[in-house]
This record gives sequence, C-alpha cells and structure tokens, in this order.
Amino acid sequence: MTQPGVRMGVVMLCHAALDRAAQLARHWADHGCPVVIHVDSRVPQPQFDGLRAALKDLPDIRFSPRLPCDWGSFGIVRATQDAATRMLADFPQVTHILLASGSCLPIKPVRALQAHLARHPDTDFIESVTTADVGWTIGGLSEERFTLRFPFRWKSQRRLFDGYVSLQRFLRFRRRLPKGLVPHLGSQWWCLTRPTLQAILHHKDRARIDRYFRRVWIPDESYFQSLVRQVSTRIESRSLTLSKFDYQGRPYIFYDDHLHLLRQADAFIARKAWPQARVLYDTFLTPDGDRELATEPSPGKINRLFAKAVERRVKGRPGLYMQSRFPIRARGGTQSAAPYGVFSGFAPLFPEFQPWLARALEARVHGHLFAFDRVQFAGGESVFKGGLSDSPTLRDYNPRSFLANLIWNTRGETQCFQFGPEDEQAIAPMIASDPNASIFLISGAFAIPLWQSGRSAAEVRAEAARLQKVESDFIQLLKGPETKARTRVWSLAEFIENPAEPLEQLVDQLNPRGAHRMTELPQLLALHGFGSFLQDLRNQGMAPVLMGDFPSDAELALPAPPFARPRVVR
Amino acid sequence: MGLTTILRLRTRRQYLLVRAFRRRRQLTPVADRTADLPAQPILLFSTVRNERMRLPYFLTYYRRLGVDHFLIVDNGSDDGTRDYLASQPDVSVWSATAGYKQSRFGMDWVMHLLRHHGHGRWCLTVDVDEFLVYPFCETRPLRALTDWLDSAEAPSFAAMILDMYPKGAMHEQPYREGQNPFEIAQYFDSGNYVISRNPLYRNLWIQGGPRARLFFSDRPKRAPAMNKIPLVKWDRAYAYASSTHMLLPRRLNLVYDDQGGEKPSGVLLHAKFLDTFAARAAEELARGEHYAQSAEYRAYREGISRERDLWCNWSEKYVNWRQLEILGLMSKGNWA
Repeated sequence: MTQPGVRMGVVMLCHAALDRAAQLARHWADHGCPVVIHVDSRVPQPQFDGLRAALKDLPDIRFSPRLPCDWGSFGIVRATQDAATRMLADFPQVTHILLASGSCLPIKPVRALQAHLARHPDTDFIESVTTADVGWTIGGLSEERFTLRFPFRWKSQRRLFDGYVSLQRFLRFRRRLPKGLVPHLGSQWWCLTRPTLQAILHHKDRARIDRYFRRVWIPDESYFQSLVRQVSTRIESRSLTLSKFDYQGRPYIFYDDHLHLLRQADAFIARKAWPQARVLYDTFLTPDGDRELATEPSPGKINRLFAKAVERRVKGRPGLYMQSRFPIRARGGTQSAAPYGVFSGFAPLFPEFQPWLARALEARVHGHLFAFDRVQFAGGESVFKGGLSDSPTLRDYNPRSFLANLIWNTRGETQCFQFGPEDEQAIAPMIASDPNASIFLISGAFAIPLWQSGRSAAEVRAEAARLQKVESDFIQLLKGPETKARTRVWSLAEFIENPAEPLEQLVDQLNPRGAHRMTELPQLLALHGFGSFLQDLRNQGMAPVLMGDFPSDAELALPAPPFARPRVVR
Repeated sequence: MGLTTILRLRTRRQYLLVRAFRRRRQLTPVADRTADLPAQPILLFSTVRNERMRLPYFLTYYRRLGVDHFLIVDNGSDDGTRDYLASQPDVSVWSATAGYKQSRFGMDWVMHLLRHHGHGRWCLTVDVDEFLVYPFCETRPLRALTDWLDSAEAPSFAAMILDMYPKGAMHEQPYREGQNPFEIAQYFDSGNYVISRNPLYRNLWIQGGPRARLFFSDRPKRAPAMNKIPLVKWDRAYAYASSTHMLLPRRLNLVYDDQGGEKPSGVLLHAKFLDTFAARAAEELARGEHYAQSAEYRAYREGISRERDLWCNWSEKYVNWRQLEILGLMSKGNWA
C-alpha cells in the first residue's frame, strides 16, 4: 500500500498505557512504517519488558535508550533526538519522520497520510510560530521562555519555579540567544522530511544549541520549531496531529462518544485518546483495507466543542448559582441570568397596570414578590417555576437565592415584579447591584393606598412617615456607587404631569425588539382629593417630600386625559 | 485569626481520625475480600441497615459505572442484608452492632475503612438510596472521570443530592426488588435551591428541593443540606467532617469556582421517597438514631400525614444528565 517514493517512519514517545502503545506500534508497522519507540525511564522495567515482548515478532521496530521525560524539561527533546537519530541510521529508506506519542491515534487510514505526504514531498509539516504571534502560552510566558532560565520543574517545584522567574524579572536578567536562532513555538507533534531532520540533528552548532535549550522552558514546543526555520526549504506551519489544549495547557482527551467528531476532523492523527476508549481504538486501528475514506471533513465542530468547554470553565453561565459555580461579587456574584423589571409605585397609580404591562412587554408580571405576608407570583400561584414556594419564610431565608433562582428558572421570558417600601427590603442591595435589573420608581406613590384606605391623616401619619423613610433609603441606595442596575426615578408630581412618556421609555427598555407601537395605555387613577390628603399629613406634622411638588386639587381640576395630546413617534 | 483557625480545624480533623480509629473494634469482618483488589481500584463505601430490597439495583447500577469493589458496613440488619452482601463476589462486608448515632451516623466506621483501604485510591461514599450521575455517565465509565480528575489535579468531585419523588402518593406505586427506583420516583424540583458559603470550611451549603418546600417552609434553616462531595481521591489524613457534606482539610471543599467559571460536578439522585419511606420514617423515629434528634424524620411524619404528594405543577420529569446540566444543577465544566 506504500506510495511510491514515500516511506514514513514513526518516532513514538511513550510514558503510560503501554498496551495501547504496543497496539499503535503494531498498527504503524503493519502498514509499512518502521517505528522507533522511546519509553520514559520512569516506567517500571517489567512493563517495558512486556512491551518489548509484545512487539518482538515485528522486524521494523526499535527501542531507543530510555531517558526520564519530565514535563517541560529537555529530556523529551533529548529522547526525540536519540530516537530520530536511530530512525535515520537504521532505516535508510525512510523519507518522512512522524513524531507521535503512545496515545496519538491515527484517525485516517495510513495510506491517506502517505498520499498526503506524496503530494507534498518536500514539505515539513510543523507548527512554527514566532513568539509574538502565539496566543496559547500558559502562565504568561512566551518570549520569556527563551530569555530566562528554568532550572526548576513546573509541576513539582512550583514555588522555586515562580520565585526564580520573579527574581530574574526583578534583576532584568536576559539570556543571550545562540546566533541565528529566532525563537518559534508550536505543537510538539510534527512530520519532517529526512533532509530537514538530518540537518537539525547534524547542525554545526548543535552542542551549543542543546546547551541553550536545556534551560528553556518546554523546549519540546520550541526546539525543532525554531531550528526548522534555519534548515527547511518548505514549511507548512500546521501540525498533522489534532491536539487540543484546555486553558491550563493540558491536552484534551478523546472518548468513545467523540467518534463521530473525529471522523469529521481534517487532521490525520488525534492526540490524545483515553487508553480505555475501546470503540475509538477498535475503529481506527482496523487495517487500512477495511476502511472507507472519511466523510466530508468538518473540523469546525470539534473546535467549537472544545472552545465551548473552555468558555464554560472560565466564564460559566452568567446568573447561574450552583454547586460548582458560586462567583464572588467582583466576578458576577450579583448578576442574575436575564434582564428583568422592578416597578415601584406604578400599581397604585394605574389600577390595571399589571395586565397592561404583561401585554405590552409580553412578559410575566408578578405582584409584590417580596410582600411580607406572601410571595405574590403572577396568577396567584402557590408554587412557581422550578418549585419556588410562595412561603415568605423560605424566601426571606435567602432572598438573593430566591431572586437568582426565579430569573434563572424563567430564562427566555422577561420577568417583572412590583416592589415598594411596604415590602421586605432585604433584597434591595441585590437588585441595585444587579446589572440585569431595570428599576422604575415613582417616589411618593406609596401614599396613594393610604389615601384610598379612607383613614384619616392622623391615623396613617406614622405609617406614611415610615414608608417615606424606607423609600428614601432605597433611593439613596440606587444613587450609591455600588449600583449597577439601570434606574429611573420620577417623583409622583413629575410623573402625573406626563405619564405617557415614562411608560413608553420603560417598554422600550425592557422589550427593545418589540416592533409594535403601544396602542393603548393604562388608565390613570383619578387623584382628586390626594392633594388635600397630603396637606392633611403636613398639618399632622409630617413632611411628605418624595411626591415632589404635588399640585393642589384646584390645579388638578381639569386634568388633561392622560394621553390626549398627540404623541410623537420616535 | 488565620493561625487559630488553621489549628482549630487541624485539631478537629485529628479528633475525627482518632474517633474513627477508636471505633475500629466495633467492626467485625463478615466477608473481607479486599486482599484481591486490582491495581488502582475504584471503591465504594456505604453503611446499610435493612436494605435487602434496594441492594440488587444499587449494586447493578454502580457495577455498570465501573466500581471495582464495594466496602459495606452492615449496622444490625435483620432482613438478610448481610448474607446477601456476603454472597456477592465484589463486596466486602463488616458488621457493626453499636449505635448508629454514636458512630457519627456511620461515618466513623466508614472513615476507618477509608483510612485502611482508600489511601491513594478514588473512593465513592454514598448511601444505598443515592445514585451518582455525572457528565457523560451514559458513555464514559467512572474511570474516565477519575482519570480526568487526576490529570486536572482535582482531588474531590461534588455531586449534590437531588430528591426524586413520584407523582401521587408514595404508597400507590410499590417498589419491587431490582427495579430502577426512578421508574417510580421520576420527578424533582429543578430550581429552588438556596446556597450560602460556609466561611470556616469553605464549602457551599445548599438547601432546598421538595423537603424544604413542604416540610421545612416554616423553619428553613433546619432543612437538610443537599451539598455533597462523595468522590474523593482519599488520603489517610483526610476526614469527612459532617456526613459527606464537607471534608477536612478544607481545600477539598473547593469543588466550586468563585471566579465565575464552572467546575465539573454531578448529582446524586436520591431515591428516598418511595412506598418504603413512610414505614421507614416511623421506624427511624422510634430508633431515634438520626441527626438532630431525628428532627428530619419528625418533620416528615407530620408533613407526610398532611400532604402525601410531593409533586407539584412545576415538578420536572427526569430525562438524563444533559437535562440536569441544562437546568444548571450540574456542570460539565471543561470536560468535553
């Protein structure tokens, strides 16, 4: 099945799951690819002997001397050099050398890979990007990998590692780069032509370059990637191996349920497959002859999957509070899942406010969710979506969770509720600091129900004073520096002068995509007698200030019907 | 402040370890098969009492997920539980006749076993009515999860309790041995869980679900905790501080991200509310061997007699783990 003129050899670096490594080596060898295996010297000898025994019937398999391969150390480069040297010496017919690991699964038939190499006979497939252009380095170290020294291990000596980096930064220490070396980074897994690899291994400065790279951090991502720029005639900066890293630099692992995605990938090899992903190994390690060539590649799918996983881990779903996501305040700990509206003072002023608002916004409009006696869910339900109870005790036990749950549970439907000084106020700081809240407040409207109650000013005076105090505290809170909610406050006097415009504003704000114009507006309560009620309160010694400069009854004598004047369409 | 807290928690942890050690003699091995464990086994630890009927499905469920061995303490069963367990090839059984309450509700016994057999291994500590669901659990065995947690250097994995209940009264659909309990208890509350942070132990304290909604609506503080950390790569220095709700050292409790991201987490489906429950509640109340003077069971008895149906209009019907993920009860985190 070998393509004329192309013979690929595989250098395999293994450190675990040697049974899978044996299977992979056999697969490569069965398809005419000589294999040189390097096994990390930390693998126990019996396991290594087992691997040798499992492969001893195959003539074209070699083992290079075992070295320790600590992550991020030069040992991996050293092992690669040794194995590659062995490959070039023992198999003179090999024209291309592929570097793979013991868990790199060929996801396309070997003949497809060889055909690809035959189409590009003099091309080196190696990702090689200048340090200025890589976006994926871990720990903020890209250029500094080359200009600082890294004698300590990242994994086991993290404090020394970090401390030594800081010290060098403080001392402004910089290493000098070997002459002619331009640092490049890229995936560890490459496929080079024989002349290129030979030139790298027999570089005239190799001793000096190796000495330099011994103290570079993660040299396996930069040694070949930098040197190839000096010796290669034709580089395609793209790895043939699909290798995805998560935000902490760990490679993603492929499982059986990724099978359909891997079939659509455009790479030839995938790293890394979970050793016990039986379906993957069984599917992709069948002989070439039994395999149909892949369906139309659609590599975007796999990229999207892993991009979404990183986003979920780093950013999460805003407004969700659960067992594995509980952000502090500065990282969205006061945010709910979706925009919602809080209305204070509207319901007393417009008897039909709630049904009207529900129609105008196509939203769920609740009553006073934070009333002392009962949670007033829309429609008077006793349990609401998600199993929220109307019990005020449960709600007040953790009002923040209550509101966050309500908004989360109803994603896709705008929620609105009434809130006023007669309600439980513990939620106020949460609403004020929630960027998703829109708060509309008509100050002083709390006096309307008192006026309507028919009781005398003397009787309600204390209550009116209390409510005024609570409401003015709330308004102060909204003016405070912690407030992230969008707020709009009108005094009662200001509002009744022209009620239509504020109502339009709030509909626009909460339902910006609503294309239709408001055709109807709610009926304003007739306020005759309210002015003298306020005067009575004043006479009783209270100072009702939040209503603004409310007109006396005489001035209200001929109120313009709320929306008589022609409204200008924006 | 910092140092005293550290010392205080350290003392607490050592106290728990000593406690577990001193109660080791209360355990009598009935069938100890731990000598033949494979390398790096995944172990399951549990305490049972009269669970003969539930055990077959429990064992099947966790065998299918890839638990290699079960280490179970039998606390004085008289319904054949012990003999049944002893006859299973992958179960080791110890018998304990001392009080459940005096042994910290079985945790002392389990911790002794954890210390003895769990060191350096992935250990799942659950009750017989708790069924672990984790991301991709239909296609990936538990070993895939623990391997991934190993590579992520995460020593513990959160799975909150999710109370499952049937539609209609509990006694209407009797549970048969070997049956999947969630064929009966199909429903759960999807979004009424309240969360606060425990500053001392740094874990999240989660309460809610149908129990809080119906039985504890007038004293929510006493509603049972739903947060659990059942899967831990155990070390002999670790201790469960309160059931499996929280651990010491407290870094193990940091199973959540406080920077806005989501860590992977699962759910323990709780098959408590079946026809066996009412009888159980009466029995446990008489025994008085449960947490806080069995306040929970007392509340149930009152609640159950008043309102037998836990189901409501907004109850969610269980489909699979993806549903729980979308509802925000668990997360894939960056496991893809």
